Amino acid sequence: MSVQHTAAKGNGHGHAHEGHGEHELPFWRKYIFSVDHKVIGIQYGVTALVFLLFGFTLMMLMRWQLAYPGRPLPVIGNLLGETAMPGGVMAPEFYNQLGAMHGTIMVFLGVVPLAVGGFGNFVVPLQIGAPDMAFPRLNMVSYWVFLPGCLLMVASFFLPGGAAQSGWTSYPPLSDIAPTGQTAWLFAMVLIITSSLLGSINFIVTIVQLRAKGLSYWRLPFFVHAQLVTAFLLLLAFPPLEAASVMQLMDRLAGTSFFLPSGLVVSGDPLKVAGGGNPLLWQHLFWFLAHPEVYVLILPAMGIVAEVIANNTRKPLWGYRLLVYSVVFLGFMSFVVWAHHMFMTGMGTTMSTFFQTTTMIISIPSVVILTCFIMSLYGGNIRFTAPMLFATAFLPMFAIGGLTGLPLGLTASDIYLHDTFYVIGHFHYVVAPGTLFALFAGIYYWYPKATGRRMNETLGKVHFWLSFVAINFVFMPMFFQGMAGLSRRLYDPTIYAHGRGVQALNVLISFGAWGLGLAQIPFIVNFFMSLKNGARVAENPWNATTLEWAAPSPPGHGNFVTEPVVYREPYEYSVPGKSTDYSPQFRAEA
Amino acid sequence: MDEKIYGWWLPPDVSVHGAKIDQLMSVLHWFMLLLFVGWGIFFLYCLIRFRARPGHTALYTPVKAIATKYIEGFVVVVEIFLLVGLSTPVWLAYKNNVPDAGKALRVRLVAEQFAWNFQYPGKDGKFGKTDPSLISGDNPLGIDPEDPAGKDDLVTVNNFHLPIHRPVIVDISSKDVIHSFNVPVLRVKQDTIPGQQIPVWFEATQAGHFELGCAQLCGLGHYRMRGDVLIDTPEDFAKWEAENAPPPQEAPAAAAPEEKK
Repeated sequence: MSVQHTAAKGNGHGHAHEGHGEHELPFWRKYIFSVDHKVIGIQYGVTALVFLLFGFTLMMLMRWQLAYPGRPLPVIGNLLGETAMPGGVMAPEFYNQLGAMHGTIMVFLGVVPLAVGGFGNFVVPLQIGAPDMAFPRLNMVSYWVFLPGCLLMVASFFLPGGAAQSGWTSYPPLSDIAPTGQTAWLFAMVLIITSSLLGSINFIVTIVQLRAKGLSYWRLPFFVHAQLVTAFLLLLAFPPLEAASVMQLMDRLAGTSFFLPSGLVVSGDPLKVAGGGNPLLWQHLFWFLAHPEVYVLILPAMGIVAEVIANNTRKPLWGYRLLVYSVVFLGFMSFVVWAHHMFMTGMGTTMSTFFQTTTMIISIPSVVILTCFIMSLYGGNIRFTAPMLFATAFLPMFAIGGLTGLPLGLTASDIYLHDTFYVIGHFHYVVAPGTLFALFAGIYYWYPKATGRRMNETLGKVHFWLSFVAINFVFMPMFFQGMAGLSRRLYDPTIYAHGRGVQALNVLISFGAWGLGLAQIPFIVNFFMSLKNGARVAENPWNATTLEWAAPSPPGHGNFVTEPVVYREPYEYSVPGKSTDYSPQFRAEA
Repeated sequence: MDEKIYGWWLPPDVSVHGAKIDQLMSVLHWFMLLLFVGWGIFFLYCLIRFRARPGHTALYTPVKAIATKYIEGFVVVVEIFLLVGLSTPVWLAYKNNVPDAGKALRVRLVAEQFAWNFQYPGKDGKFGKTDPSLISGDNPLGIDPEDPAGKDDLVTVNNFHLPIHRPVIVDISSKDVIHSFNVPVLRVKQDTIPGQQIPVWFEATQAGHFELGCAQLCGLGHYRMRGDVLIDTPEDFAKWEAENAPPPQEAPAAAAPEEKK
């Protein structure tokens, strides 16, 4: 393919070694400042997993305060210092920091980097039969812009006044007048967003230009379609937030008033600013990113689920083209629903009617996607492997997350439910047992490709069942708390009579969360043990059909031993009259 | 305050407009439950019926599933009904039919970190002018002492008295950051946006002592930004208003310094 050739040559000096693989790179070029998409993918993935664990730990701390408000936390409470936890009791400022950082870390440092930076980087070039990403150096830069952003974000806990504490949404004026941690948050966000933008351009060019011979768009694995749409979302939605972050930085550092109206009086003293700004401007810019961001979280997850389901049901995906149309439609629609996060800001009824209508419309492709997945199970020969368990559980969990979006997307019911625990339950069902379960499925599924060894199945199943039970104890009770009217982000919910009514559920949720934490131990053990002790695998341990399984496990630099050619659709399983139940895309005669 | 009314589902509704919201909520949850259980049964059936086992093979040809089209069609129809038949009319009726200002009690609410300041217009029915530069400990709303309309204004902090069976319009704003006025039993929620004054209305149908909370993160004291909502009979409300009205002799006293000039 001539285009592919040009692109590979275009990488210039950094890729001069491409032709002769026997040339060994020094350690720091091979594993640290690597331009290899697989190394970068693993760097992103491991970084993201560490931050997911860290972000989850912050939440486990908060759950103590929510279960037992005002009670000193034994041992750990004293380790965190007198400012954060005086006498072992969590301070409200610290609770707010934990909340803001939990949200930020899970979304921007955890799920997105794992789904896009990790799986996208590692899997997409392999699935399209490319030797690497179109711009390998840009890829490296993207990671090395991302990492300082993450470190700055976490280091902000040590600033005077602590980390950002105005929620992951950072609504001004509160964020404009917050301690220095907010400045660090904004700088870190600018770095992370820049990294995402560099990555998204790379994905689009790679998928458009570097597909193997014979790999037309209708032969692309669904995962690649999902990543392509995701890349467009990142490219188009992130710049407004980057601009908004710079504006908020200027409000904080340069004395501008983009988000500050005139006449503010804070703690009895007039705020000395020019004024004339509008705090709602931030909300529009923020949600213009943050709603498409929801689809950035969910689309790669759907892509993984599609791969794992096709592989483990041993049959083609039901409604492959319908899935692709739905995911493209979701991408478009995700840009015109953002203000449904703002129904309670007092917007006019024309606006709110428009946004609740678009919100109902966007639910339709999600229903179609879910239907396709469930119909894909019908008529299958389902192998319940560890990745399949996670992918299977994704379906009902995502269904709960999706359905509970309805009362929030409709303005009349949102009056009552807005900013309650119902919202927390809703989006966590989408992101935690939804997206995160899909990401776990992806880890179990592609781990043999990345390492050449399988993860332990038994530990994988233990991990799944414990997580599945625990996570429902965490998020299901939140719907009842929300229906009871309990607001989110309350340091002590027992201040309210309706909060006291559902306080017993808080204890249950906290034990669920801590149990969920313990349930990750089998995974962590498995992840590291399997590096050494996992069973060795050949190219195609799952008897799969897509191109990544044509490369060696793990693939060397340049990925494929011989340039792959694609002969058929991505999920040709159980084709009648064939000797095996899978006909890979890359085999001329299967 | 009666704690027994709060359980694991909606608290009682004591507003005129809330019944429609509760009805929508109930229809929605039955619909969600129906879909989820329906899907769930089919899902479990597939998992059991099509599990891998010796002698079992997968079907290559996709099943012609007309039923899925009907189910998707059903979901679309129900969503259109929810949108056009329930949510939008309820929302528009609530937002656009603000009661007649002459009949209603009008109250100003200014939120701040971390308290709710209510300003009642008093007997003259007029609010005194306010100016942020006049805000002080004694004058949390910055009411202009020169303005005669403000002389009889009644100011309360975290105490929201209102009469039953009479529409109340609250003009909501904030001094500092965004808060959110939230009274669960009245099915009312409205963000307070600094720099804007947003009216919200309701009519209580039941007397009692309830609570008001802040629903938008507003700082370290967000969790304790709680107020009492005291819904009184018209007689009790009039009595409360009379008892708490500023003494009339204050008027000449406030005017005194000006005479000295």
